[in-house]
Amino acid sequence: MTQSPLNRRAFLTRSAVLGCSLAASPLITPVSLAAAPWDSRLVVIILRGAMDGLDAVQPVGDPDFAALRGIARATDPLPLNSQFALHPALAPLMPLWTAGQLQLVHAVSTPYRDKRSHFDGQDLLEAGTPALGSTAGRDGWLNRLLQQMPGITAQTAYAIGMDTGAILDGDAPIARWSPDSDLALSPQALRLAELVMQTDPRFASSLSQAFFLADSDGDSLMIQGGRSEMMAAMQNDMQASRKGAAGQRIAEFTADRLLEETRIASFSINGWDTHDNQSTGIARALNSLAQTITTLKTRLGPVWDKTTVVTMTEFGRTARANGTGGTDHGTGGAMILAGGALSGAKVVSEWPGLSEAALYDRRDLMPTRDVRAHAAWVMQGLFGLDRAVLERSVFPGVEMGSDPRHIA
Amino acid sequence: MAFSQELGAIRFGCGLSPEIAPHESARAIFRGLSQPDKMATEFPVEQTDGFLARISAYRVLNKKLDKSASAKQLEAQREAVRTMRRETAKEAGGWFAQYLLRRAHSQNPMIERLTWFWADHFTAAGKNGILISGIVPYIEAAIRPNLTGKFEDLLIAAATHPLMLHYLDQDNSVGPNSPRAQRNGGKSGLNENLAREVMELHSLGVDGPYTQSDVTELAKLLAGISIDVKKGRTFRIGMAEPGAKTVLGKTYGAQEPAIDHAIAALRDLARHHSTARNVATKLAKHFVSDTPQPSLIYALTDTFTATGGDMLAVYETLLTHPSSWDHSAPNIKQPLDLIGSALRALAIPPKSIQSLAPGKLRSLILNPMAQMGHEWGRPLGPNGLPEADETWIGPQSIAARLQWAMSAPAALMRELPDPRTFVETALGPLASPQVQFAAKAAETRWEGIGLVLACPEFQKM
Repeated sequence: MTQSPLNRRAFLTRSAVLGCSLAASPLITPVSLAAAPWDSRLVVIILRGAMDGLDAVQPVGDPDFAALRGIARATDPLPLNSQFALHPALAPLMPLWTAGQLQLVHAVSTPYRDKRSHFDGQDLLEAGTPALGSTAGRDGWLNRLLQQMPGITAQTAYAIGMDTGAILDGDAPIARWSPDSDLALSPQALRLAELVMQTDPRFASSLSQAFFLADSDGDSLMIQGGRSEMMAAMQNDMQASRKGAAGQRIAEFTADRLLEETRIASFSINGWDTHDNQSTGIARALNSLAQTITTLKTRLGPVWDKTTVVTMTEFGRTARANGTGGTDHGTGGAMILAGGALSGAKVVSEWPGLSEAALYDRRDLMPTRDVRAHAAWVMQGLFGLDRAVLERSVFPGVEMGSDPRHIA
Repeated sequence: MAFSQELGAIRFGCGLSPEIAPHESARAIFRGLSQPDKMATEFPVEQTDGFLARISAYRVLNKKLDKSASAKQLEAQREAVRTMRRETAKEAGGWFAQYLLRRAHSQNPMIERLTWFWADHFTAAGKNGILISGIVPYIEAAIRPNLTGKFEDLLIAAATHPLMLHYLDQDNSVGPNSPRAQRNGGKSGLNENLAREVMELHSLGVDGPYTQSDVTELAKLLAGISIDVKKGRTFRIGMAEPGAKTVLGKTYGAQEPAIDHAIAALRDLARHHSTARNVATKLAKHFVSDTPQPSLIYALTDTFTATGGDMLAVYETLLTHPSSWDHSAPNIKQPLDLIGSALRALAIPPKSIQSLAPGKLRSLILNPMAQMGHEWGRPLGPNGLPEADETWIGPQSIAARLQWAMSAPAALMRELPDPRTFVETALGPLASPQVQFAAKAAETRWEGIGLVLACPEFQKM
């Protein structure tokens, strides 16, 4: 450990030289303020737990659908066209459909097959590779996308919330933050915290990022005064975090970042693992998804027109209802795209049908296309990336196939 | 790669304490595992029986009133239900506080660590009503008494405990050819959630040699295992699937279904070589390092296999294997480990935790812990908490740890120790010059304590 002799006087002198303005500290200003090199915004929402695509986007025109489902299906879905209808809990998204800002992609999946494990399924979804642990390292496909973009900073991409997964992991710099985290410390404690974290670079860099983020999310990082001021600042945070639902705060924080330098954001919404009494569970989860998307739209204002939201899940669920009013882990599922950058309202699907023989493994919706192909076409449309780069680097081994024209 | 008392206390215990000397050897830690469970009597919590009685009472409260009930009666009922939920949540906070105090005051704290390790391996939680408060009674009944026995008994106790049956939807799973399914014409059937997680998470591991057909067959064996609020686990033969089932090539059961057939299949899964390897790998990662030496995993697997899953023997291998004492790539403490070890280093008086009002317990412990990434009793999925260190040292986790360390101790204790002494108490020889300096240079006592508890050396184990 290299360490010049420390003493209290020298330390305090250094602090005084740095002054009290956080912006002046090189440790707490890790990013440049240059604008990102492009204007389109991409939000990727991971639906953890396996969303039932057949209930969210119901194939009402399929003759086998009603018989398969019994009670694990919402009645009174909202018609989209002669073939498909939207779950009523997604009603807040109907204005987007009317405005040409909603697309539903059906009968898609990652290359993951047969074991139907949530955790492996999510790992593969976020890795964006054909198989786990083989072709690529441990990075996520959104990070590999960043690696292709010129002029990114640590603010270009954000992983938001406590349970953000591996989709943004990798060599390109990104920011991670949960709007529920906050810090309020005295100037002296801030500097001593920087000092003690020096012994481990991982801690030191996390702390300087935390300082930056805590200072940029509305209230000040540094407090003047004693313990009661600190407790009061914490109390305020706690109250703020109790006021709205966690999902709401994440959507607001995401929009605020996208209004500034950030161009890519990812977070997750949980609660899709509807083995039991699906009608209650999925309605809650879909409602929270719909609220998240409408919050993003409202808060983004005119920037919504440059934005695309992509929601994806690790796999679909069984075509048949199970014995407890729910569905078990399956294969093919659905994606929901929303945003002002979309080319119009449509359902995109090479529909395989739901007859016994058409099902995967005689139990699941047969995936007819790779979710990665759709995500790749969205990125191609938003960022103008080369198809070869998308097929080789971002999603190694994916066949993008024909252009579904997601983006205007 | 040599034993030290401090590393023993931190890695296999709940950290250093000013009141309780660390064990003198790895053997001494091991011997402690067979001592009577003093913490369970000193800091008692509710047992499953008591909790089932609550559920029973709650169901009675929730019974539909008949049509003639007035608006006033309906409101009175709603109020009674709310009150019971609130009261139960308050008591459950108390049980959690007792669990923390066990970490702070145990002479054999590896027992507390193993209790949480297995509680997390067999993650279960309540999904509605007062069941949400059921995690501690589950751990106390299914996990804690089975820590040092055979793995198969632990697996059976955990996987068939009422809270697990509820959490993984087993309680309503019905065999497709059972009398129940035939009576209501295909409206009920199998739910394969528990069967899959037993194989994927609890026993064989996701790389284990099972297929979709094994999952379905195990689900058929498990059908009928359900909850009776008077007795706990029960077997409803009318929901069970008649006939033989084949799991991993072995046939179980007969025309007349019985719970013993499911239990036999669980025993075989527990003894499987893939299970040995899965459990060995997880233990090594949890207690030693994200990247444990392969030789440690082999040794643990061998002991598991040779002893038919004798957990005490497996712990002996874990404690005595040289690479368990390698300190080159230590783990980062999970939130519960951090809070538990901080309270232990502070020698927190039991009263100061036991007397916390529910709102205070939430704001001083439960909310900060959730911000660090562990929402007590509300797991994100049946796979429990991540082991990977990166999860625990992102900016938001570090922010939450630092803020908690600065604020909670002073709110919990009237008099804080001198930070200059505390740095020695909490870290001993592991203290860095930086944290020693910070403990001296802090303007206030609570900031000095906070810096010691937040420094990287205190986050590692």
